[in-house]
Parts: sequence; C-alpha cells; structure tokens
Amino acid sequence: MDLAINPFSSWHPLRDMIRSIRACKTAAEERAVVRRECAAIRAAISEGDQDYRHRNMAKLMFIHMLGYPTHFGQMECLKLIAAAGFPEKRIGYLGLMLLLDERQEVLMLVTNSLKQDLNHSNQFIVGLALCALGNICSAEMARDLAPEVERLLQNRDPNTKKKAALCSIRIVRKVPDLAENFMGAAASLLKEKHHGVLISAVQLCTELCKASTEALEYLRKNSLEGLVRILRDVSNSSYAPEYDVAGITDPFLHIRVLKLMRTLSQGDADCSEYINDILAQVATKTESNKNAGNAILYECVETIMGIEATSGLRVLAINILGRFLSNRDNNIRYVALNMLMKAIAVDTQAVQRHRATILECVKDADVSIRKRALELVYLLVNDTNVKPLTKELVDYLEVSDQDFKDDLTAKICSIVEKFSQDKLWYLDQMFRVLSLAGNHVKDDVWHALIVLISNASELQGYSVRSLYKALQACGEQESLVRVAVWCIGEYGEMLVNNVSMLDIEEPITVTESDAVDAVEVYLKRYSADVTTRAMCLVSLLKLSSRFPPTSERIKEIVAQNKGNTVLELQQRSIEFSSIIQRHQSIKSSLLERMPVLDEANYLVKRAASMQATVSSVKSAPAVTPGGQLKLPNGVAKPPAAPLADLLDLSSDDTPVTTSAPTTAPNDFLQDLLGIGLIDSSPAGGAPSTSTDILMDLLSIGSTPVQNGPPTSNFIPPGIAETKPVPVTPQVVDLLDGLSSSTSLPDGNAAYPTITAFQSATLRITFSFKKQPGKPQETTINATFTNLATTTFTDFVFQAAVPKFIQLRLDPASSSTLPASGNGSVTQSLSVTNNQHGQKPLAMRIRMSYKVNGEDRLEQGQVSNFPAGL
Amino acid sequence: MIQAVMVISTQAKPRLLKFYNFQPPEKHQDLVRGVFQLLSARPDSVSNFVEVDAIFGPGTKMVYKHLATLYFVFVFDSSENELAMLDLVQVFVETLDRCFKNVCELDIVFNFNKLHTILDEMILGGQVIETSSEQIMKSVEEIARLEKQSSTTSLIPKSISERFSR
Repeated sequence: MDLAINPFSSWHPLRDMIRSIRACKTAAEERAVVRRECAAIRAAISEGDQDYRHRNMAKLMFIHMLGYPTHFGQMECLKLIAAAGFPEKRIGYLGLMLLLDERQEVLMLVTNSLKQDLNHSNQFIVGLALCALGNICSAEMARDLAPEVERLLQNRDPNTKKKAALCSIRIVRKVPDLAENFMGAAASLLKEKHHGVLISAVQLCTELCKASTEALEYLRKNSLEGLVRILRDVSNSSYAPEYDVAGITDPFLHIRVLKLMRTLSQGDADCSEYINDILAQVATKTESNKNAGNAILYECVETIMGIEATSGLRVLAINILGRFLSNRDNNIRYVALNMLMKAIAVDTQAVQRHRATILECVKDADVSIRKRALELVYLLVNDTNVKPLTKELVDYLEVSDQDFKDDLTAKICSIVEKFSQDKLWYLDQMFRVLSLAGNHVKDDVWHALIVLISNASELQGYSVRSLYKALQACGEQESLVRVAVWCIGEYGEMLVNNVSMLDIEEPITVTESDAVDAVEVYLKRYSADVTTRAMCLVSLLKLSSRFPPTSERIKEIVAQNKGNTVLELQQRSIEFSSIIQRHQSIKSSLLERMPVLDEANYLVKRAASMQATVSSVKSAPAVTPGGQLKLPNGVAKPPAAPLADLLDLSSDDTPVTTSAPTTAPNDFLQDLLGIGLIDSSPAGGAPSTSTDILMDLLSIGSTPVQNGPPTSNFIPPGIAETKPVPVTPQVVDLLDGLSSSTSLPDGNAAYPTITAFQSATLRITFSFKKQPGKPQETTINATFTNLATTTFTDFVFQAAVPKFIQLRLDPASSSTLPASGNGSVTQSLSVTNNQHGQKPLAMRIRMSYKVNGEDRLEQGQVSNFPAGL
Repeated sequence: MIQAVMVISTQAKPRLLKFYNFQPPEKHQDLVRGVFQLLSARPDSVSNFVEVDAIFGPGTKMVYKHLATLYFVFVFDSSENELAMLDLVQVFVETLDRCFKNVCELDIVFNFNKLHTILDEMILGGQVIETSSEQIMKSVEEIARLEKQSSTTSLIPKSISERFSR
C-alpha cells in the first residue's frame, strides 16, 4: 500500500497512521513516519486544537506501544479527562493509565477531575474513573478519594460495585491504615449474588487480611460462614452458562474463595475445622478432566497444605497431586511439581512416595517441568535413596539437552558430594559425570576430586585406570581430560603395573608408551585449552621420570612446544626441556609424587570462596601466584643459602619440637621438603633421598609450600594459573650457579672453624673433620657458649637439613650451660652430603633452653659452611 | 497479582502492552524482547508456564497461549493460581473472538484501544474483575454505543471493512 504521507497528518484517522507505519519496510522508515506524526501531534497540541485532541492521543498511545517517547502528550490527557464528552474522557483515562505513572507530579492535577467523575451520574464515566484510580492511584490520591470509593461500594450497579471493590484494594495497598474503613462494606458485599461482585469482594477481603490484623479478626468472625455458603452454592449449582468454563461453574470464584479461606484459617484451628468439610467436598467432587477443574483442585490442595487440616484431608491432597503428576498435560504436571515443593515442608514422606514419578519429570521434554522436577529431586535426596537417585540422574545426563546439562551436572555433583558415604562410590559417580558432561563441571568440583584422589591412597590405582579408560572413550570432555592427565602424571606406574587392583576391576594392559600417547594426544589437540595443555606438559615431565624408557620421546614432545605461541606453554616447555636435559641427577626426586593434599584445608577454602562472589572465585588463581612469587624471590636474594631460606620454618606455624622426622599428614611442609628434624636422640628415620626442592615445588605448583600465611586459596597442582613460570628461569640459573660454583674440594683439606650462630646470649661454633676417602661425610663439632649472666638449663640443640643431606646428632656433653662463658657444651653432628660437589651444606638450627625456669627459644640458619663440604 | 498483559506477534511486534506494576516506558521494549525470546524458543508441545524471574523480578511467572500469529502473555506473581491464569487467557481470547468475530491479528492492530477497553473490564489494578465474557461484552458494547452517540468520529470501528496486505 503506497500512502502519501501528509505532513499534517493529525487530520488523518488513527487507522491511516497505523497503516502507514505497517507499510514501512525498515526500522528507519518507521522512525521517519513516527517522527512526522509526532511533529504533527506536537503542532496540534501547541495550537490548542480541540477537535482532534482525542484522536491525537489515540495515535500517541499507539506510538507509545511501539516504544517511542510520548511524554509531551501527558498534559493532553488531563485536558481530555476534564472535557465533558464520553469519548474524550475515555481516551483521556486510557492515556492516563498508559502514559503516566504514579510518581509524576502531574498526577496530582487529576485528583479533582477524578473526584467529579466518581460522583458523575453516568455509571460508565464512574467506571472509567474507578478503573483509572485502581490502576495508578498514589498514596495521596488514595487518602483524598477513599470516601468516594467507599460510598461507591454501596452503589446499586454491580459493575460499579465490583470496580469500586478492586479500586479499594489499590487504596488499601497504598495506605494500609484505611483497611478498617473498608472491612464492614467488604464483608457485606459477600452476600451479593453477582459473580463479578463476589470475586471482587473476595479479593478485597483477602487484601484487607494482609493489610491489617484487625480486619483479619473481623473477617474471621463475619465472613467465614458466607464463604462456605458461596463455595457450596457454586459447586452444587446447576449449569450457569454465563460463568461456565469448560463445564465448571465459575472456577475463578472457587479459587478466590479457597484462597481467602486459606488466608483466614492459617494458624487458626477453629477456622480450619470449620472449613474442613467443604474442602473435602471440593477436593472429592470437582471433576479433574478439564483445566478449570484442575485449577480448583490445585487451589484446594494449596489451601489444605496451608491450614491446620486434618491428616485425612492432607492425604487426600497429596493423592490429588499424585494424580496430577501422572497427568499427560504438561501444565498440570508443572503445577503438581510446584505444589509438591511446598508440600515437602509439610509431609516429606508423602512426597517421597512419588519419587519415581518426579524422577520421570526430570526427563521431560519441557524445560519448565525439568527444572522444577530437578529442584524437587534435589530436596528429596537422603542417605537411603541417594544411590538409586544418583544413578538415574547420571543415566539421564547421557541423553539430556545441552542446555540442561549445566543445571543437572551441578545438582548431581552437589548431591554426590553431600551424600557420599564411601569414596569408591563418590569416585565412580564423579568419573561418570566427568565422562558424560565434563565440559559442564565447575572447576571447584574437579579440584575437589583431585584432592580426594590424592588422599585416598588405596584408590589411586583404581582412579588412574578408570580415568584412563574413560579418557579413551570420552576424550572431548575438558575436565575429564584434566583430571585424567593429572592422575596419569602422578600415578602413571599404577596404571601400567595394575597396582592395588580392586576386586571389581578387570586388569587392563597399558604400556608405558600408551600412557605417554594418551597425554600427548591432549597436548597436541587443537581444541584443548591452555590449562589442559599445561597440565599435559607437567604430566609428561613426570612420566619421563616414572618411565625412563620414554624419556627421549617425551623430551622431543616437550621440545616441540618450545615455540608455542602461548607464552605459558612456551615457558614451561623451555624449562622442562632444561630439566630433562641438564638436571638428570635431580630429576627423579624433583618429579616425585605430590604430597597428600590437605583435604580439610581445601574444603574450608572452597566453602569460603563459594560464599564470595563469582568474580572473586575467578580472581582467586590470580591471588595465589603472588604468594608463589614470594618464594622464589626470597630464594634468589641470598644465593648462597637458597635451601636454608626455603626451610624457613619459623614463618610457619608448624611445631618443630618433634623429636623424630614428622609424618603427620597435615605437616606438609616438612613432608614435602623431606626435612628430618633431629633431636639429640639418634636420628634413624632421617630421609635419604636427594632432591631438588625448588624444582619440585615449581613443577608441582602447589600452594601448601609457600611461605606466606596459610590462608591463600588452594590451587590444584599442575595448573597453569599458578604461574610458576616467570620465576623458574631464575631458579634454573640458580642451580647452574650452584653447580658451577662448587669446585671440587680436596678431601683432606683442613676446614676453618666457623661461628655458626651468634646472639646476645649464645654463641655456637662449628669445627669440621673429614675422614679420608669419604668426601661426603663430615663430622661437625659444635661448641655452645653461654654469653649471658644466668645459667641455661635443659639446653637442647636441634638441626634441620635438606633432603639430600643426612644428619646424625650425637648426644651433647651436657644439658646445662654455665653462665658468662664459664665452660661450654659440645655436641658432634655427622653429616652426609649425598650431592657432594654439587650442593653446599645448608642447615637450619634451633636451640631451646630454660633461664630461671622460663622457656627460651632461638633459631637461625647456617649458611656460611666452608666450600667443599 | 497480575503484573502485565502482553500481546506479541510472532514477528516480535508488541500488539498490546499493559503493565499493572509501573514499568518505565524506556524498559517496555526490552521486556517485550525478553519475553519474546523465551516464547520463540519453546515448542508447541510443552507447558504454558515459564518462570520469568530474570525479566520481571523474583517469583514471577508467565502463562501464554500461542494462537495463530499471536502470543497472549499474562505475567503474574506467586499469589496467583497458574491454571486459573491459563483459563483467564482463554476468557480474554474468547472475548476478543466474540468482539471481532473470528479475531485475527489485523483486528488487534487496528483496534488496540478497544483491546484496552476489554482488558479494563476484565482486570483492574492487577486483580481479576470479571470472568464472564458475556458480561465483559455487555460493558464494552455499552461503552461503544456511548462513544457513537456523543461523537461523530468513532474511534472503535466495529469491524474492518478493508483488508490490507501486511
């Protein structure tokens, strides 16, 4: 339709404008038309045009609906309302409701017109005014006009009465104090016959009960009988075509009455008893083959659940919901699930009986129903039914929509973690979830899984084999790949050798190169993200030590990534290549298995981070690298004694008074570093393996080792975000420095005596002796001198050394140090440096003693050992 | 309480918007878009209820009917009975059908303010006022008659004489 647009189109009828807007082919055209129309309307407004005012307003409302600004028409509405004619008033009120809102000052100007119209002789004009008032009335207007509305409640005309009743609702909402003025009139309206009036009156009563307790008490006394009568009448009455919806007489009235009954009887035993019979009648007699009937039943069930109903009535209600659940109509099932959510608080057992049906609803085609059902299932899980329910949910995970997997996975993980009774079951469920929906699993969930595997030493073999199998089948699930790759790296030999087989397992044959293949695939896969690939690199590095025959191949794979465009991977590759090529001697100890991760600690941290916002969870990894960086920096500064710095136990809360090497599981610092804290007693359990602690730390990237306060966030090992990388080159340099600086000493050379420790009160000197032909072994003769003026008693000397050193302490000559240097105590230490010639000696020492019965403690580090020890 | 009544075409054009809780006009189009996105993603076989917490605030739901080229949407809060709302949509549609004799989208486009009249006779301030389409029609016809009497230019044509291509 080709319409010439007249610039003065305010003379065009509304229909022409709609037509020309509809004829627009593009949004730009539409805007142009609307702009022209608006310009014309503005012109007409400023000319004070009266004849077309209401037509212009009608146009403006259409334009408003399309989303264009129309505020300039607001004053016109007021003028139209003030006009005498019906069409003007009608459009005026319509415009008032659509274009204005209660917050605008302009609204105050309309109060007077409204007052006049409420008193108008034409009931339709009164109706318009009531309608407008009911929709937009403000608190001030409510106060001004309440008397008029109150009076209209007694009007003869039912149309006016029902509108006045609903208008009162708005007034009471705005000014609850006015509730008492309306309660008498509201109660008497319940005696009316007209259904529309009854519905409005019942709604007004409900609102009054909410607004004021006085009204609630009043209506309990005065309206309950009437309500029961109304309900009986409508449910027994013969066919009333006017209010019939699908064969049921006025379901809306039913529903409103039931709702008001609920409001009145909540927490009131007498009222509840009074309506017991009628509720039972409605619940049993209402036909449930139509939507309208079900709507009534649904409301009836809600009322039964909400009041002090008898148990028989409750059973009836739950049974109705059971019927709803098996209904084929989606809408009915949806509301049934909704109601069961509420019913679960009243009677969990009754809801449990419908578990199977609810579980079916989780698999429904309809998102609304699925979500509801899943929420409900989550509430229904308990210790006894968790296994079958989880199985069902996990089975469904396989076939569910992609969109739904997020919700479903989160709920399953939450259930599994909350109700897991044994670790094997937990692992099995998690592996299945990872295989089916690994891409939907949240980070904290698989982090927790790794922590658990690390703690379950008897299940590590099983885990790595299961994950390996899962990896072959479902390698596209990102978090499955991560967990599997981590486990292969840590427990690779358990995979190959079938270590600690469980009875339920079938043995699998995996060769060393198969394991390397599995990891390599994901390192090279294009779609894998940086984190996964970084984890692959760490895993490969670890495998190169677990499976020496594959070392050459791994070296090549790692070397291929030296040119990777992702900085993270590039750095890792370069560092790892360097470890493989140049630090063979330390590699095996460096790449030892991770220490057991502290489960309790992790759970606490996880709970804390869950409470924080999502953004802070995301930023958590960024916090940790800061903490990590501290450590190597500290190392780099005093290059002479890097290890001693690392061993800085004083910054940790770990008690060091243990007399034997501690193996307490949470004492990871000592554990990790392999420090034997050695007392005067012979230290038989001193660790024997040599290691490069620094490298171990870096490749693992686990936070427990950091020197900072133990509050930092947990990061699972081997994850890219931990960014050990920027510091690693330093460390590599450091090592190079160390190895080059240690010139091979002459085994028989005499070593100077050093002052190992000196404070205001205590001095310790070390003198050294070496047996010919045993360059690794050194006997240190320590001499303790008391510089203070009081005698030290209970003197105990302790020393800690890195893993590559063995230390034996002989008993001291005495435990009492005389004051003022009058005599000294000696003690000899035997030290074996397993990396003699590569690493210098390092030692951390601690002295405890009593002064006048008071405990004293001093500690320090010895870093000035002569070269060649 | 009913919070909004919307009629949206399958082309995502609003045909009727009525909010019973104040919504700033500049937000209206966003709401229409949000609702339409939800609706268009739902196949016909599923339930008529959608939770719209994200669009209209916590606890809100909407019930809709998809008829020919139009979606009839009622948004309501937790105090309403979902199934009753579904019936109410039915009453609204039936009333339109009575009013326009086989209602189609064009009737609604060109008579949007008659729709408002019908709606105002059915829902007031978010509460149901009348559920009998016969009673509603009576009032609406009376209003139309009054308008005709007092004005030569009728704003609510009884029917559309011409049909236009879309």
